[in-house]
Amino acid sequence: MSFLKKSPWLIHYDGSSCNGCDIEVLACLTPVYDIERFGIINTGNPKHADIFLITGSINHQNEPIVKNIYNQMPNPKVVVAVGICATSGGIFAECYNVKGGVDKVIPVDVYVPGCAARPESIIDGVVKALGVLEEKYKNIKKKDHH
Amino acid sequence: MNLNDIILAIEKNKISLIVALVYIIFAPIIGGLLAGIDRIITARMQNRVGPPLLQPFYDVFKLFSKKTMWINRFQGPFVFCHLIFMICTGALFFEGRDILLIIFMLSVASIFFILAAYCTSSPFSIIGAERELLLIMAYEPMILIMLVGFYKVVGSFKFYEIILSGKHLILYLPGVFLGFLYVLTIKFRKSPFDLSYSHHAHQEITKGITTDLSAKSLAVIEISHWYENVFLFGLIFIFFSSFNWILAIIITLFVYFFEILIDNTYARVKWEWVLKSSWAVALIAGGGNIILLYLLNIK
Repeated sequence: MSFLKKSPWLIHYDGSSCNGCDIEVLACLTPVYDIERFGIINTGNPKHADIFLITGSINHQNEPIVKNIYNQMPNPKVVVAVGICATSGGIFAECYNVKGGVDKVIPVDVYVPGCAARPESIIDGVVKALGVLEEKYKNIKKKDHH
Repeated sequence: MNLNDIILAIEKNKISLIVALVYIIFAPIIGGLLAGIDRIITARMQNRVGPPLLQPFYDVFKLFSKKTMWINRFQGPFVFCHLIFMICTGALFFEGRDILLIIFMLSVASIFFILAAYCTSSPFSIIGAERELLLIMAYEPMILIMLVGFYKVVGSFKFYEIILSGKHLILYLPGVFLGFLYVLTIKFRKSPFDLSYSHHAHQEITKGITTDLSAKSLAVIEISHWYENVFLFGLIFIFFSSFNWILAIIITLFVYFFEILIDNTYARVKWEWVLKSSWAVALIAGGGNIILLYLLNIK
């Protein structure tokens, strides 16, 4: 058994979000929701993170940044797209400068819809991501074995 | 059982090496548990529930199960040397060696940590390393003054001999203890002096000195931090060792609680302020204390 499930550290990146979802992500840290109960820490550093939480859609300017953060995270890692903009582009999907959801540039493991996504559903999404993280860890271990 | 009897028994049977071994095995466990208690107390102070007690261990075990991204060939040896020298520092201290030598060993350990941060190209990491050097500059004078104080009162630099002397160090050196308490905030990496690296959320330089460390290398740093904390508890313990040893341990834990309280009530300050204030405290409280001991010729 790995301890990934007991200590998921996450990094939060605001794509081109309206800040609605960002405020809800930060609300998870407050005494009301207190995600540190589950050992979750909001690190600002991709090299310490296990979960990449993205809010807002992807445009041409933040695309290289999202890719850069993703590449700097050590394996195993998962990506959670928070809010409808991050999942599909939302109401901005048709904009000339918007590429769409996060899955246009990096593989997304969990989609958390909502506008804005509620803290409960964000926590739910992160908990779901833990299952994926555990599976990826097992796959990596299997690959190392062969 | 009396602490003096225990130490006499250790010296008579020449089992001080076993004490060092006990430190090497149990220090990470004690340090990790105290880090867990620290996180729970911090959370309670912020009106939160906080993580489980064993959270620091979960974190370290998790870091070991991740893939490390080594930035270059030098990072690994530097991080490893940091751990080795930190273990040696504590082990020699509890074995009863010269504290003067041990403090220099502690500096060597810190220098390896700084080198590990300097060898990368991340600006956050480099700024963190520069700040760590500044912090060493800030706390080192006070630590040396403390050692001078020990020697003035007891006439020895050795852990066991200081305890065996039975002198109430806290009554001889109240100013020195105050100064030591001040720089202890730097050593425990607590706010307002957590310039180079903070345990809380993220700061203006991301994760500072640990920015480019990942997975296993970060886990090693975390473990050596636990070793360092237990060694620092030993230094606090010295001041109260003349009392009942259980009481001394309780006071030591209370000092740690006080540091957590300071951590949660003060905002991070600028480096100029850290340097100026810690030197001023070292000179006035620490230096003043020692000058008084000489002038009044207290034995």
